[in-house]
Amino acid sequence: MQTIDPLVGGGKRSVSRRTLAIAGGALLLLALPMLTAMLDEPYLVTLFSRILIYALAAVSLDLMLGFGGMVSLGHAAFFGVGAYVVCILSAHGFEGTPVLTRPFTVGGHESALVLWPLAVLLAAMAAAVIGALSLRTSGMHFIMITLAFAQMIYYFFVSLEAYGGDDGMSLFTRNTMPGIDLADDRQFYYLCLAALAAFLFFAHRLVNSRFGMVIRGCKENERRMKSLGFPTFRYRLVCFVIAGAGAGLAGALITNQTEYVSPGLMHWTRSGEILVMVLLGGMGTLFGPVLGAAALLLMEELLSIYTEHWMVYLGPFLILVVLFAKRGIYGWIAGGNGNHG
Amino acid sequence: MADTLLSTRSLKKRFGAVQATDDLSLEVARGELHALIGPNGAGKTTALNQLSGELAPDSGEIYFEGRPITHLRVHRRARMGLARSYQITSVFDHLTVRENLALAIQAHNGHNFRFWRRAGADPLIRGAIDPAMARVGLEHRSRMPAANLSHGERRQLDVGMALAGNPKMLLLDEPYAGMGPGGAVELTKLIRRLKNEVTILLVEQNANLALQAASRGYVLETGTITLEDDAEKLLDNPEIRKAYLGE
Repeated sequence: MQTIDPLVGGGKRSVSRRTLAIAGGALLLLALPMLTAMLDEPYLVTLFSRILIYALAAVSLDLMLGFGGMVSLGHAAFFGVGAYVVCILSAHGFEGTPVLTRPFTVGGHESALVLWPLAVLLAAMAAAVIGALSLRTSGMHFIMITLAFAQMIYYFFVSLEAYGGDDGMSLFTRNTMPGIDLADDRQFYYLCLAALAAFLFFAHRLVNSRFGMVIRGCKENERRMKSLGFPTFRYRLVCFVIAGAGAGLAGALITNQTEYVSPGLMHWTRSGEILVMVLLGGMGTLFGPVLGAAALLLMEELLSIYTEHWMVYLGPFLILVVLFAKRGIYGWIAGGNGNHG
Repeated sequence: MADTLLSTRSLKKRFGAVQATDDLSLEVARGELHALIGPNGAGKTTALNQLSGELAPDSGEIYFEGRPITHLRVHRRARMGLARSYQITSVFDHLTVRENLALAIQAHNGHNFRFWRRAGADPLIRGAIDPAMARVGLEHRSRMPAANLSHGERRQLDVGMALAGNPKMLLLDEPYAGMGPGGAVELTKLIRRLKNEVTILLVEQNANLALQAASRGYVLETGTITLEDDAEKLLDNPEIRKAYLGE
């Protein structure tokens, strides 16, 4: 006798549990500025803006890592490119000087509606070049080559003396956006929340689309995908570029949040942190990386009150999660089975 | 002679000291089922991998529908209508039977740079899934993850995925390997049904089953074809009976 499919049996329960968890999380994030005002802890709004931004970067990495099976250790490069694009152009916009004079003149700008799409575009272009070369390898080689490219970009910005070199550079004022005052921390928080929600919705549609199915197939068995007739390289490259673009948007936001950029934004340890957020929260799920970003940054915040060696405590915790929770923190909360696209 | 769909001319492939494919030439007629039989290590899978494009031959030519495909990549050959199944069943374990077939259908139906609409809602795919499931007799397993299927059913699914794009030709890589008696009966039924629909090259160690289904057979030994004839004659050939049928 055929046993009942466990995925169907358990699916119903975990779907409602999942919906509940997501709704609860969304409500909490929406109400957070009010809560922090009541607690008289305005700093928390800033901290959570940061969490939302890193969550966006982590979700973008998870698109290629968790759904596409591409383990990159260079994702922070696109984050940094987005951040620098915004900061450099804003500085020129503030001073009224051109960024480029040859071959044609490019002026600076301070409008978010111009700068942020540009940050996304340039991050995507960087991803297209790096992806086109890296995706010719796989496995450990892919990890190492993405790491190498990211370090190249890191050293490029370290050597860029005109824009602060090693020390980085400050953003004089946050970008402008019609109808929204980005300098206001609460409004900025809601903007970050909206950006993350929009990207999550986009990612949700993406992973369940025809393109998403191809990407997931490539993760599980690329050889078979080829023999079915899929030119897998181009799909994986497009996925890589979309992930890079998402990180570029996160970079544009982080510049505005911290009002400062430095090459540290794209150091390989930063790529590692984003990777850890994905693993901690739950690889191959959409909300997992959000939880992972929150968990990592909150623990860093809390533990660093007591000790500067907070990594000593975080490390074992991470190992426990990776060993015992198949889908990370998200798996604990929402149940381990089913499609979490 | 009926027209030739797939042919090879003097294929050679060497791995170090081993000449895995040695001057291999064969022709598969359109609409027929030909069998490539041979003992373990004769180079059957190596030959098949060159036909499907996963291995590049050192020399020699492969023609499909009269066009040289020797240097075409795997996915290009698949899109031309040359499909394959795998000896080690190659399905997507985490996807259901339905999703596995949907993915295979997707490869040949419409384009895949669609980022928004749910794949399951695409009429190009939806309309083709049920016939694809029926073709390999897996309707009753529609929603089951491929990982939970029996060995025989997984092989049926593997073949079903290869068939999903309505290929002109199917390369079957040792479908009977590891199959119990029940599964083998099911598989024989499937192959008999398919041979009226699509040209097949059946690469198989089980010479008896393969030659019973085939119209023509090739015997491969140490990378080269030592004997070729009508399948019936091969079945009656005393040397074949001795070497492969255990008499």
